[in-house]
Amino acid sequence: MLKLQGVSYRYPGGAHETLHAVTLELAEGTITGLAGAAEAGKSTLCLVAGGLAPRVIGGTIVGDITLDGTDVTSWPMHHLAEHVVTSLQEPAGQLSLIADTVFDEVAFGPANLGLPPEEVVARSDEALHLVGIEDLRERDPERLSGGQQQLVVMAGLLAMRPRHLILDEPVAHLDAAGSRLVLEAITAIATAGTAVLMAEQRSEALATVCDSVAVVAGGNIVARGSPREVLAHPATIAFGIEELPEERLRRRLSKAGLDPDVVAAAT
Amino acid sequence: MTELRLEGVTYEYPAGVRALDGVDLVIPAGGSLALIGANGSGKTTLARHLDGLLRPTHGRVLIDGEDAATFSVARLAAKVGICFQQPDRQIFQRVVRGEVEFGARRLGASEEEAFARAKEALEAVGLADDLGRHPDDLGETRRKLLTIASVLAMRTSVVVLDEPTTGLDAHGAGRIGGIIRALHEEGRSVVGISHDIRFVAETFDRVVLLDRGRVVLDGTPAEVFAERAWPRLRASGLEPPHAAITGARLGLGSTPTEADVVAALLDREASAVR
Repeated sequence: MLKLQGVSYRYPGGAHETLHAVTLELAEGTITGLAGAAEAGKSTLCLVAGGLAPRVIGGTIVGDITLDGTDVTSWPMHHLAEHVVTSLQEPAGQLSLIADTVFDEVAFGPANLGLPPEEVVARSDEALHLVGIEDLRERDPERLSGGQQQLVVMAGLLAMRPRHLILDEPVAHLDAAGSRLVLEAITAIATAGTAVLMAEQRSEALATVCDSVAVVAGGNIVARGSPREVLAHPATIAFGIEELPEERLRRRLSKAGLDPDVVAAAT
Repeated sequence: MTELRLEGVTYEYPAGVRALDGVDLVIPAGGSLALIGANGSGKTTLARHLDGLLRPTHGRVLIDGEDAATFSVARLAAKVGICFQQPDRQIFQRVVRGEVEFGARRLGASEEEAFARAKEALEAVGLADDLGRHPDDLGETRRKLLTIASVLAMRTSVVVLDEPTTGLDAHGAGRIGGIIRALHEEGRSVVGISHDIRFVAETFDRVVLLDRGRVVLDGTPAEVFAERAWPRLRASGLEPPHAAITGARLGLGSTPTEADVVAALLDREASAVR
């Protein structure tokens, strides 16, 4: 279990804290969603939970971050990365740029964990299959579309089989089929025991996979609950969170003087 | 105003991957068109042909009837403004104002004119207060909006937006929808690439589905998202909008947007009363 307790964070040179006393528990086998407006602090929370802030990007942090009860704040990045793996928002920025093929790119992570070669190959092929990109195996990762690169990055993370996986908008660049595969893969890795934290703008994606959703606003967690409790709540729009399609349609029908329950009859 | 015409455009990347395969497409002056398709279907490759960043392996791109191959990139840039998917591949200036003014200045706008346009464009995307900041100090979302502002400030007659809503929250996406509709009303052409099917249905007049570099559907949102087209959409890895699915289940015909569902239900009530 990865636990943040009263964690505040300030970017290097930042005049103010971007996160204020955030408390969050990521338990094995659960998927926690982060919802909220742009610049609410979701990505920052991902960087902090994944340990990249402050280790890689600098800044100052206060509060406790523990892994199974052990304080990890002094752990170096390479040590923490054996337990916690993060995917950033822009997939192209995360490619290793040293792999000539998609397979090598995906194998880069598990190979760096020092696994035996057979294991690296098996995990990489399985990950390619999970996100549906076996046919891209021999392609040059730098010559793929933005969405395909996102799938490659995701396959690389899955092949590492991390105990904690931090995902910042993992389906942002994906078509419906790609999103479905990635969300299924996220569910599968959580079922196998990984704790997942996922920041996401698409409410439907959060509602589909998350066990709980936390709303981030102004650097604080201001609400949390089941996906439906949170995302179908009337206050959602005020927080800049996309309404679930069904809720939005119901609201529009009511506004037009129509019976919103007609939607329920259609499903 | 500018008409774009693709005639049998095929494009093969150096590694031999055929990203476009005989695309015929006319985008009339003042047209509003969304390109949709699975990841890797050729959407971005097509967009890069519209402003000359890529030249077809076979076929031609005609700008107002003239072969784009005869245009310099600079001359094409004066007609077609393009906003890339990933802001960090585009932003290079040290001040927001300079970033937005850059394209306008290159196209010959005076210093005052470029500043006026920059202010207007930043206002439109909601970044008016960030004029003096360093682009690196902006969050991911604002950098995305910044690239859109830079293209708006060029006042090109064609605006191409690759995944304009990715990474934006509901508020930001709504703002982009408004900008696109306003550009269209001004008579400029807008070509959008998006995976956000609801956004596409609500924002564009015409929708073109690409599948492995070919145009497989081309019509209004009501046509492309009608129930009979769903198998084709799904074969390309896409899903129709939620409103279209609800409308079909309620027997309302093709309702690509929520507004269409509401209108169709009001119609049905009115005829029941009669």
